[in-house]
Amino acid sequence: MLRMPEPDQSVLARRVEIVTAMRRIVPHASVIESPTQMRPYESDGLTAYKQLPMLVVLPETTAQVSAILEYAQAHNVKIVPRGAGTSLSGGALPLEDGILLGLAKFNRVLDIDFTNRCVVAQPGVTNLAITKVVEHNGFYYAPDPSSQLACTIGGNVAENSGGVHCLKYGLTTNNILGIEMVLMTGEVLRLGGKFCEQAGYDLLAVMTGSEGLLGVVTEVTVRIIKKAETARAALIGFPSNESAGQCVADIISAGIIPGGMEMMDKPAIHAAEAFVHAGYPLNVEALLIVELDGPQVEVDHFLARVEKIATANKSKTLRVSNSEAERTLFWAGRKAAFPAVGRISPDYICMDGTIPRKKLPEVLKGMAKLSKKHRLAVANVFHAGDGNLHPLILFDANKEGELARAEEFGADILRLCVKVGGVLTGEHGVGVEKRDLMDTMFNPVEMEQQLRIKCAFDPKNLLNPGKVYPTLHACAEQGRMMVRGGALPHPDLPRF
Amino acid sequence: MKPRDSMDLAEAVKAATSPFNVIGLGTKLNLGRPVSAPPLDLSNFKGIVAYEPEELILECGAATKLSDVEKLLSAQNQMLAFEPPNYASILSAKHAGSIGGALACNLAGPRRLKAGAARDHILGFTGVNGQGEIIRAGARVVKNVTGYDLPRLMAGSYGTLMTFTSVIFKVLPKPETEQTCVLADRDVSLAVAHMAQVLATGVEVSSAAYVPKHGTYLRIEGIKASVKARIDMLHAEMKLREVLPAVRSRKLWQELRDVQPLADQNEQQIWRIVMPPSETAEFLAALPFAHDYYLDWAGALTWLAAKPGADVRRYMKSGVATLFCADEAARAKTDVFHPQAPELAALSVRVKNAFDPHRLFNPHKMYREF
Repeated sequence: MLRMPEPDQSVLARRVEIVTAMRRIVPHASVIESPTQMRPYESDGLTAYKQLPMLVVLPETTAQVSAILEYAQAHNVKIVPRGAGTSLSGGALPLEDGILLGLAKFNRVLDIDFTNRCVVAQPGVTNLAITKVVEHNGFYYAPDPSSQLACTIGGNVAENSGGVHCLKYGLTTNNILGIEMVLMTGEVLRLGGKFCEQAGYDLLAVMTGSEGLLGVVTEVTVRIIKKAETARAALIGFPSNESAGQCVADIISAGIIPGGMEMMDKPAIHAAEAFVHAGYPLNVEALLIVELDGPQVEVDHFLARVEKIATANKSKTLRVSNSEAERTLFWAGRKAAFPAVGRISPDYICMDGTIPRKKLPEVLKGMAKLSKKHRLAVANVFHAGDGNLHPLILFDANKEGELARAEEFGADILRLCVKVGGVLTGEHGVGVEKRDLMDTMFNPVEMEQQLRIKCAFDPKNLLNPGKVYPTLHACAEQGRMMVRGGALPHPDLPRF
Repeated sequence: MKPRDSMDLAEAVKAATSPFNVIGLGTKLNLGRPVSAPPLDLSNFKGIVAYEPEELILECGAATKLSDVEKLLSAQNQMLAFEPPNYASILSAKHAGSIGGALACNLAGPRRLKAGAARDHILGFTGVNGQGEIIRAGARVVKNVTGYDLPRLMAGSYGTLMTFTSVIFKVLPKPETEQTCVLADRDVSLAVAHMAQVLATGVEVSSAAYVPKHGTYLRIEGIKASVKARIDMLHAEMKLREVLPAVRSRKLWQELRDVQPLADQNEQQIWRIVMPPSETAEFLAALPFAHDYYLDWAGALTWLAAKPGADVRRYMKSGVATLFCADEAARAKTDVFHPQAPELAALSVRVKNAFDPHRLFNPHKMYREF
């Protein structure tokens, strides 16, 4: 288990005082302090980690968030922001000496603007709710993380969430236009707006995927797009992972960018089929779902080419959806893959590495070896189009040592991903889960550079500390000026 | 100063006692506030490191010429989907510049509507920060949320944060063909409304522009059968004046991409203005001075030529305006880039310091404050 920063006893000693201060900012009931009532906040989607916060505060206006952060900054109190708590990497794991800042009350859609093709929403609005308010005109918000029914748009910004359609439609960062945010000082900033550029640096890009370490998002403007005229999917079974992987490469090489391209390995296929009976072939080693969307004639044309490419790659089975119901059924198994695995194993952890696609066979082979080494089974679902791998490690937390072994297995898989040129996380974030693996990807100099960005936003390191970066460090040191030859460089320049 | 390799560059930056004018291939020297400092010439960082069409990945030296990149990709029927413009004629340069420059200036062509800008396609880079440290960020994968998004932060930083030695971009398949539908609009409000109307259909136009006195242009890309079907859909939706075939369509969008409609405005300054499309017509109507303009990105981008000193920003409700083309004296005394709110300006200074604490790279190129 990963260690979190030691709680600051001097802050815990001031708990009553802090509760009183918070109740001056938000209504009495919006400060939760009893352990029973705080229980729902003790973990997020990474349920192996649990910690009760010092207290929970539920603001509902930007002014309140600003006042809370300003107080926390002045009194050295840590803040952990939280949306719906669906993070799979522990990004919203509370701190014993910190305020858990719940943004669930920011739940209103503020503006639906079809003329400028955008929606302005408060951060607690769910991902799917945005699509719901515009779909009557045929529009939708493109990123579709699998938790989209529950996860919030503010959380999506924090994690730069993806989904099964991001090869073609991009991640959160490609689909938001602006935010309102609050710094730890209480300062309220606006980045971007209802247009696609910002004055100065692209700080919107830095905020997106910053996992709640830089600022608290209080409003989001997202781009909406018109739903494609049609979508059809092909369900293709292969005799080996290699042939499925080659089929994916050939589809891309042929100039086809599918709306979604998902792969499942044999254990995942069997688990999913037993759960939802989607009609998946059970005599294959790998299964691909290739979905094409767009104008009807284009979809039909590319599907025919996908069929040819699949046949050339020795596909064993091939079905093309001929109705919306059939397409949905193809997806049902994939979308239920996680709970399906949950049915065959008491516990599982879901990893999230990204690899260059061509390395898939090598990584799957390596994973099979690791599975033997750690004596735990693994099932794989894979966003094949963009190389994002989700190995599901099966274990039983009630068995002595299995959680630790599962975590070690997961870490080995991620090391393998990095070794073949990939990265630790494609869409779930680093959080606490992968924090201690960051040095497999970044050397100390690169890590320092990232920490200096943190200092620019949150010099006292009070916002979500202990997440993403393994070392806490003092920012004052960063501010030191290098003196060369006895003189400050550029003495004429003002220094901040 | 012209470093041979990354180590050489890192040493040069470490040893520096005065700032540099950071230069890739020198095609954007007239963009931004003037920098009075000796050049740090990065033109040695050129050449393809890796091009993997089936992975949609291109890694190359930051000073690799855009035209070379495009030739290479084109041979595999791929492209940089953000369609980097060639501003050579309006910025008095020799060619379109380098791929590192495209990142530094966050370039985007008419296809931004569908494909975004350089910031939407950058996957990684290697470079040297202002402390002479070599930093690698991102990777050769298209999906990555590990740590802060440094590659995207570099987009539009105009060389003020880091110097790039190599970059990794996502590439995409080239559309098989394209055609452009022309509407006979004579009124900017009507044109913006038409563009919005089309974007609310399933026609999937990839670019939409309005040129006064010429009309509204809607670009349709894809396989032949799809382009034809979508033009038929448009016909049913609105009255088309004509349909430009592929060759004319490509030429048109290249001209609009490269600001050719305003290229011979010698005595004028050129502004690049981005705002919500719904505010564009009102903004243009409010301008009390003579101006020439055309719209791209369905009305979100206005290219505007006006007399020197015209205070364009005063008439904007929201958005950002950049003084894109002006003589050096004007660029020294005007806010070339859109002024920031005070809290944002202060944060920008802190971000600058996080990368370049000694202010070695492109001093004051973006803002007076740094």
